[in-house]
Amino acid sequence: MTDTDDTPILEIDKLSISFFTQGGEIPAVMDFSCTVRPGEALGLVGESGCGKSTVALGVMQDLGRNGRITGGSIRFRGRDLTSLNAAELRRIRGNEIAMIYQEPMASLNPAMKIGRQLMEVPMIHQGASAAEARALALEVVEAVRLPDPERMLRAYPHQLSGGQQQRIVIAMALMSKPSLLILDEPTTALDVTVEAGIVELVKDLGARFGTSMLFISHNLGLVLETCDRLCVMYSGEAVERGSIADVFDRMRHPYTQGLFRSIPLPGADKNARPLVAIPGNFPLPHERPPGCNFGPRCDYFQAGRCDAAPVPMADVPGDDRHETRCLRHDEIDWLAGPVASADTEPVTPGDVVLSVRELRKYYEVAGSAFGTGEARVVKANESVTLEAREAETLAIVGESGCGKSTLAKLLLGLETATAGSITLAGEEIQDIAVEARDRGTVSSIQMVFQNPFDTLNPSHSVGAQIMRVLELFGVGNSTAERRERMLELLDMVKLPRAFASRMPRQLSGGQKQRIGIARAFAGTPKVVVADEPVSALDVSVQAAVTELLTEIQRRNRTTMLFISHDLSIVRYLADRVMVMYLGHVVEIGTTDEVFSPPYHPYTEALLSAVPIADTSVVKKHVVLEGDIPSAMNPPPGCPFQTRCPRKAEVPGDRCETEVPPLRDLGHGHGVKCHLSREVLDGMEPVIRIA
Amino acid sequence: MLLFVLKRLGVMLLTALCLTFVVFWLTNLEPNLEKLAKEQANARMTDEQVESWLEGHGYRRPLLLRYGEWVGGVVQGDLGTSSVFRKPVAEIVGERLGYTGWLMFWVMVVMVPSALLIGVLAGMREGSRTDRTLSTFSIASTATPEYVSGVILVVLFASSRGGLSPIFLERGTLLKGVATSATDSITFENFALPVATMALYGMGYIARMTRASMAEVMTAQYIRTARLKGVSFPSIVIRHALRNALIAPFTVIMLQFPWLLTGVVIVETLFNYKGFGWTLVQAASNNDIELLLSCSIVAVLVVLVTQLISDVGYVWLNPRIRVR
Repeated sequence: MTDTDDTPILEIDKLSISFFTQGGEIPAVMDFSCTVRPGEALGLVGESGCGKSTVALGVMQDLGRNGRITGGSIRFRGRDLTSLNAAELRRIRGNEIAMIYQEPMASLNPAMKIGRQLMEVPMIHQGASAAEARALALEVVEAVRLPDPERMLRAYPHQLSGGQQQRIVIAMALMSKPSLLILDEPTTALDVTVEAGIVELVKDLGARFGTSMLFISHNLGLVLETCDRLCVMYSGEAVERGSIADVFDRMRHPYTQGLFRSIPLPGADKNARPLVAIPGNFPLPHERPPGCNFGPRCDYFQAGRCDAAPVPMADVPGDDRHETRCLRHDEIDWLAGPVASADTEPVTPGDVVLSVRELRKYYEVAGSAFGTGEARVVKANESVTLEAREAETLAIVGESGCGKSTLAKLLLGLETATAGSITLAGEEIQDIAVEARDRGTVSSIQMVFQNPFDTLNPSHSVGAQIMRVLELFGVGNSTAERRERMLELLDMVKLPRAFASRMPRQLSGGQKQRIGIARAFAGTPKVVVADEPVSALDVSVQAAVTELLTEIQRRNRTTMLFISHDLSIVRYLADRVMVMYLGHVVEIGTTDEVFSPPYHPYTEALLSAVPIADTSVVKKHVVLEGDIPSAMNPPPGCPFQTRCPRKAEVPGDRCETEVPPLRDLGHGHGVKCHLSREVLDGMEPVIRIA
Repeated sequence: MLLFVLKRLGVMLLTALCLTFVVFWLTNLEPNLEKLAKEQANARMTDEQVESWLEGHGYRRPLLLRYGEWVGGVVQGDLGTSSVFRKPVAEIVGERLGYTGWLMFWVMVVMVPSALLIGVLAGMREGSRTDRTLSTFSIASTATPEYVSGVILVVLFASSRGGLSPIFLERGTLLKGVATSATDSITFENFALPVATMALYGMGYIARMTRASMAEVMTAQYIRTARLKGVSFPSIVIRHALRNALIAPFTVIMLQFPWLLTGVVIVETLFNYKGFGWTLVQAASNNDIELLLSCSIVAVLVVLVTQLISDVGYVWLNPRIRVR
């Protein structure tokens, strides 16, 4: 290596970015510094609104009309990007610095063929001819492992799946072999098994082309898998910087510590070792506290010291370029465990409350817009059988299109079943739509929705909305009684009673979700279906909402069906787990049974795909090929056979011709697979703690 | 695609039948018939004479039968005879439609490109000075109806005593205020004012639509992708934004054709240009049943054909919509 190779690719020094609105200046990024060396991958981690995407757009010099760099410098290979004119910037953008975005569908031009969008890059930057550009495009599309590159180039973006679109966006970024790649939450919109494929690809390409990377994510596990170094941001500032090993294992900032304690790592347990949520809320940009931004939420806060003056970055002695923005970093006992919240007894499940037998749901889809052609059938649920007991948490796990939301709709009566039965407390409800259900049935099975932002009526106060629900459920005889009950519900979800008169827009995401929970529990339901209740929330808020949900469930002995794609939280929360794929239940059992071998091959891949933010975890590497097939056109035989890595271990063509039965491996642990007992017993655990 | 077009044609035929039947029924109401009889024969007829005239000319037979006869005639190419012009309807409609066709053609040639240009220029940098200037212009032009803008234009360019003509010319006017001679040969002098009057009104509307659509597209994420790919601003506008931005205004432009067809009524009367609009006015005011019926067929055809073109073009512009 020569000396010139050692000059950093990207050097950001004391960068400040503000947005200027009618309300005045809003600082989005303050005093931010970081360095990316050649071939290095730097992770930028933080919650939404912490300014990490603003940093990326600052590097790209694309802050829009209102944004302006108010201080500091951004050097790219020694050149200050802030001083470049428009033409010079154009030469760098897409050529030397390329970017990959969060939503692949939105970032591709819908009215332009993929080929032309890719070819544009070398044609602008290298002056390549159309033929040369096309040849290069083919090469790169092959490099991102897309099938049938010729066809890809002729396709429009909407004809590809989400994973394929993201591969195209990556291909577009790689067309000119950039020296810096900025990835802004590149996999957030994708399913876990697809995400695993993209992550592997990005890592592989980085190594192959020697590209430096700035990887922006809110997911610590993902950063662990992809990056060498890490920078944690909080409220516009970098709070901790260092190598992955230093920051993950010897963190020196209370916020970083709080983040790690609020995500469910293997070993966390809802009874013995519960998650510790960071108290309070993220400060709004114009309401930042004096001194340390994290001060008001910090356990180690000392008045008069932490809130006296802005806190500078300080070196952590002994580590390689490890810095923290904490005044007390050498005083805190970092090894001390979290202040133990009282251990809780595991709940003993009671009688069966909800029982589903051989449930099927088929949708008929007209063949074409004009009624010609054959009607096609989407098999959204295929013979689902489950039982849920009182006070038990049953998790339903699967990726998009697996039928978990259809199941929820059937349970709630938003759809009626095609075949099979749903028995709730002795009553069959599979054919009764929600409008036809009596009050008792409706209030005894309720739902907590995924997106708290859209589920509250923006023009009614929170209290009025809860009281309306109480009225519908026939709780209380007078408005006064219902009002009293509503205030009790607010107490239950740990919101101040004053919130009753607030409008939904005055609430944060976590607070809105608490209202959603209050509403679901208003009629003391027997069963609550929680559809990804925390996935739209920030990490530090997720833990608090999860905690609340389990506490209420425990107290009311409610049965909870917890729908999620996130296996970490499922392992933490659930008593039993059901894994679904393309409408089929492929595995069902207790949490321990599902998370340890023998696995269904899909469960095995799913476990391997979930990024875990723990340096001591060793995972078995299983990456699935291709995409989830469409439920409109499912493969014959086993639904998973098109992607199954263990298909070769089953003799003959049974996987392609026969749907496997759900085999009982003992104690009600069922696996829908043709693999022989020996192969299943010979499986190794996917996750091991080294 | 062929099936789609065929179905559309079927729908078109059905609509034409329904609409002409309504017009047929309305024009054959009792007062109209009485008026027709008096006009054709003798204005001072007694009620009995009217009755026998109507009986004699077959107007007392069942409505459906007569409508059927008329439809049968249309299918064979016989549109009947105009009672005002005393000529076959087909001949009149064909001739007048030709004149209006020229007017519409020139209006479109002037209006669409300039409207799109204004809209794109205004929308590509929302809130800029260009945007504000062009937006003010397009709002003003849409807010002025043809009979106002037409009169203003005539005063400005075609008055020998006021406006601009006396400043530049010693005698005569810059442009002609009457377009009657354009039926023989179209010149800039005799055609500029009617075209400008119609184009101005429609232009503002299309420009506003284009601007809104363009402004929205320019904030889309794929435009950011293009920008951060190093594409220059003019290329972004032309290659990435334009096609996406034209999807919404395209339908509006196509809807302008039927509007033009009725819009010509005012302009043709104002400039005394004897086209389709003028004929329509004559037919309606003289209770010329067969001419009116044919005019309504033409109107239906124009509306539905432009709708068809609009749908097909929409599919072509927007690859996300595919007709199977």
